[in-house]
Amino acid sequence: MNKYLERLYNGIIKENPTFVLILGMCPTLAVTTSAINGAGMGLTTTAVLIMSNLIISLLRKIIPERVRVPAYIVIVASLVTVVQFLLEGFVPSLNESLGIYIPLIVVNCIILGRAESYASKNPPVLSAFDGLGMGLGFTVALTLLGAFRELIGAGTIFDMQLLPASYEPVTIMILAPGAFFVLACLIAVQNRLKRKKGIKPGAGCSKEGCAGCVNTLCGGRHLMEAQAVADAVLKNKEESRA
Amino acid sequence: MTNLLIIAVSAALVNNVVLSQFLGLCPFLGVSKKTETAAGMGAAVTFVLTISSFITSIIYNQVLVRFHIEYLNTIVFILVIAALVQFVEMFLKKSIPSLYKSLGVYLPLITTNCAVLGVALINVQKGYTILESVVNGLFTSIGFLIAIVIMAGLREKIEGNDIPESFKGMPIVLITAGLMSIAFFGFAGLV
Repeated sequence: MNKYLERLYNGIIKENPTFVLILGMCPTLAVTTSAINGAGMGLTTTAVLIMSNLIISLLRKIIPERVRVPAYIVIVASLVTVVQFLLEGFVPSLNESLGIYIPLIVVNCIILGRAESYASKNPPVLSAFDGLGMGLGFTVALTLLGAFRELIGAGTIFDMQLLPASYEPVTIMILAPGAFFVLACLIAVQNRLKRKKGIKPGAGCSKEGCAGCVNTLCGGRHLMEAQAVADAVLKNKEESRA
Repeated sequence: MTNLLIIAVSAALVNNVVLSQFLGLCPFLGVSKKTETAAGMGAAVTFVLTISSFITSIIYNQVLVRFHIEYLNTIVFILVIAALVQFVEMFLKKSIPSLYKSLGVYLPLITTNCAVLGVALINVQKGYTILESVVNGLFTSIGFLIAIVIMAGLREKIEGNDIPESFKGMPIVLITAGLMSIAFFGFAGLV
C-alpha cells in the first residue's frame, strides 16, 4: 500500500486514537454532547495536528534533544492560538459551544504523543499525513460518540429529528454522567474483544485495563506513572510500618 | 464577600472540576486506588493550583493586559505553569523537606494536569480579579480533593464485588464516576 495512504489507514482504523488507544479523553468526554460539537472539535484538533506534525518534523534536526518538549509545547500553543482566532472570526457559534476546550487542545495527549513518537523521527510530508490520519480518526470517533449521545439524549443527530416525537429523551446522556457511562461501555467492549482474541486484559499494559494501555504515548504514560507513584508510596508506608 | 462565597461553592461543588468539567481525569483515575494516596494527590493539587492561579492571574492582569497581548495567554500560561511546578518542587526540596516528603512524588504528575491550565483560563474567561482567581483556584482544587477521596473510598469497597468480566478495572471506575457525577447534580440548586 502507498505509504501515505497507509498513514491515513493507521490513524483512522488501526490505531484510532479514541477507540483503540483511548487517548485524549478530557476533550472527548467534555464536547461530545452533540454530533456537531464532536465534529467541530475533531476538525479543529485535526488542523492543529497536521500543522504541528509538519512544523515539528521540519525542525526535528534543529531542536535540541533536551528542550524538545517545551519547544513542542510552544509550537502547539502558538498553533492553537491561531486556530482559536480563526474560529472566533469565522465560526463564532462553534467557538462559543466548545469554549475553554479549544485552548485546552494544547494539553491534548494525542498532539504531543504524535510529535514525540512520530513527527520527531520522520520526514515532513509523511508526518503531515500521519497528523491528518490521526486527526480524522479522532474526528470520526468524536462524531460517532456525539451522534450516539445526541440520539439517546435528545432524539436527534446533527439537529435532525430521527426518533419519533413520542420518544422520551434520556437527558442524562447529554449531561456529564452520560459521558462517563459511554466511555465505560466503550472500554468494556474493547476488553471483551481483546478477551475473544485471546489477549488478556492488561497484557502488555498496566493492570488497570485498557485506559492505561497506550504504551509509549503520553496519555497512557501519565496514567501509568500516576499509578506507579501511588503504588510506590503505599509500599514505602508499609515498609516503614513494618 | 458573598461574591467570593458564590465562586467558592460553585467551584468546589456545583461545577466540580472532574465530575462536571472533565479536567484532571488522568490523576483522578490513576491515583484513586487507595484513600491515602488519593488524599496526598489532592493535597498536592490544592497546593499547586492555588499558587498557579495567583501567579497566572498577576501575569495576566499586570503584564498581558497592560501591553495588550491578551491573545498570548495560552502560550504564556502553559510555560509559566510548567516552570512553576519545577520551581515549587525545588523550593520544597530545599526549604520544607517535611512537606516535600509528603507531596513531592506527586508534583511531576501535576505539570501536565489539564486542570491547572483549565483553571487559569477560566479565571481569565470569567474576568476574575486576583483575589477571586485565588479563591477559584483554591476551591476548584478542594473540589478535586473531595472527588478523588470519595472515589478512592468507593474503589476500596468495589474491589471485592462481583463485577462482569468485561467491566473489571477501568469501566467500573468510570461508571462509579458517572454515578458520583449524578449525585453532584444535587448541588446545582445551591448557587
